[in-house]
Amino acid sequence: MDIVQLVIVGIIVGSIIGLGAIGLTLTYGVMKFANFAHGDLMTLGMFLAFFIVADVGLEGGKIGPLSFGWGMLPAALFAMVGVAAAALLLDRLVFRPLRLRGGGIITMAVASLGIGIGLRAVVQMIWGPSPTRYTSGINKAVTIFGEVKIQPDQFLIVALTLVLAVAVYVLLYRTKLGKAMRATADNPTLAEVAGIETESVRRWVWVLGGALIAVAGIMLALQAQLRFDAGFNLILPLFAATILGGIGNPAGALVGGLIVGVSQEVSTEWIDTGLKPGVPFVILILMLLVRPRGLFGSSV
Amino acid sequence: MSALLSATGLHAGYGDVEIIHDVDLRIDAGEIVTLIGPNGAGKSTLLKAIFGAIRPTQGRVHFRDRDVTTLSAPQMVAAGASFVPQTDNVFPSLSVRENLEMGGYARSDGVEERIDELLGLFPDLAAGAGQRASRLSGGQRQALAIGRALMLDPVLLLLDEPTASLSPIMRGEIFERLLRVRDDGVALLIVEQNAKEALRISDRGYVMVGGRVVLEQSGAEMLDNADVGRLFLGQSPEPAPDVR
Repeated sequence: MDIVQLVIVGIIVGSIIGLGAIGLTLTYGVMKFANFAHGDLMTLGMFLAFFIVADVGLEGGKIGPLSFGWGMLPAALFAMVGVAAAALLLDRLVFRPLRLRGGGIITMAVASLGIGIGLRAVVQMIWGPSPTRYTSGINKAVTIFGEVKIQPDQFLIVALTLVLAVAVYVLLYRTKLGKAMRATADNPTLAEVAGIETESVRRWVWVLGGALIAVAGIMLALQAQLRFDAGFNLILPLFAATILGGIGNPAGALVGGLIVGVSQEVSTEWIDTGLKPGVPFVILILMLLVRPRGLFGSSV
Repeated sequence: MSALLSATGLHAGYGDVEIIHDVDLRIDAGEIVTLIGPNGAGKSTLLKAIFGAIRPTQGRVHFRDRDVTTLSAPQMVAAGASFVPQTDNVFPSLSVRENLEMGGYARSDGVEERIDELLGLFPDLAAGAGQRASRLSGGQRQALAIGRALMLDPVLLLLDEPTASLSPIMRGEIFERLLRVRDDGVALLIVEQNAKEALRISDRGYVMVGGRVVLEQSGAEMLDNADVGRLFLGQSPEPAPDVR
């Protein structure tokens, strides 16, 4: 494939990884542990949207050249609220009790690994093991220039990622709640001493991270397809992007996602496509060895 | 007149290890009280126990005529106390202004006005209000930490070694600022290794040794006390527990 086309596909895949990594880096920065259930929350998001669009049947015709109809809007909203609620519930039932008991990062991470396995099993039980799609329609690619083509859905993925990244930036740097999230990530003990209700801040971080990963899940399903293990398969690129961008740094996570996505796709010019998933792993190892603080350092 | 804050028969520590034993202490409104003693005497632990950062195992703490023994740190902040930890006392990735904003998190109005007042009190900070706190010098960092703690107009400020590892000039500036804070009606309880300088601005002082208060005197009396001078004010390197 043309290298420019590979870069374009990389940007699309990287946008999905980047958006997912923004949620991951926020929870990592504030909760101080690696949430291995993040990918499975992504899967939950894509299937909650599927529930509205396919199971309930709220397809809503077609939106212009896109592959889906207006029904995707309430479906996305439902997925965002659903995943945020699931993340809050998990915090209340598992992570918060562990946190209050002084559970270390290993305990929390292992708990999240177990939760991820559980979520995956639930999704598989409800929606089955076979891959599926939101709609059966074809999303016809349009030529941008030369031989380079892009599907309207893919264009939306990149645009929506940029819009959401800007919205997250505004939230974190321009609002009182966002600044409290950054303060809590910086120094939770001092945040409490300063009178910030850190437990409330943590809840909002779960809501934000959950909503973002739900959107990323829907994007992943649009770009590829719905699978019970789709989010889990993306966990390594998500962590690679998070560490590349600097833990707790949302802008870094987006750039990290784009770097991971583009290098993964462009690598197929020289290596077998089947080896592509190994690229984020190599990036992750290199970053941990050479610059564990990430390219941009931790800012949250 | 009842004390602004009083601790009676206070015991506290970490886990099963008791650090402070049967401590009585009092701070009146608008007073500066300094707590001195050798390393490991339990001074910082006492501050934390008073502020609710750790839970006392025995004894009571009263603040503004209310039993606050079981209150958490955020509840103590809401009650009108504030605490400046010795280290990690600013949010490094936030700007100076954002640090102050976070100090005023619980404030419903007047945040900007209060920030401007405090930047007036610490002019060193005003020039770089937009820069990240991680880039500040040690003295500026302490000033910011104190400013952050003053954002909610507390009536009592607890400071854990506010001049540790600062140059003599910066120490002098911090103590001078603390006097101005007191002049605004805020009572101060200071744990300080630079005991002589702290006692000079203090109304009263307590000496702690081995987790117990062993002496209470006015700041001036303590400066004149030969035993205190020899043991804690740099006139002898040999600390001994009995200074009664």
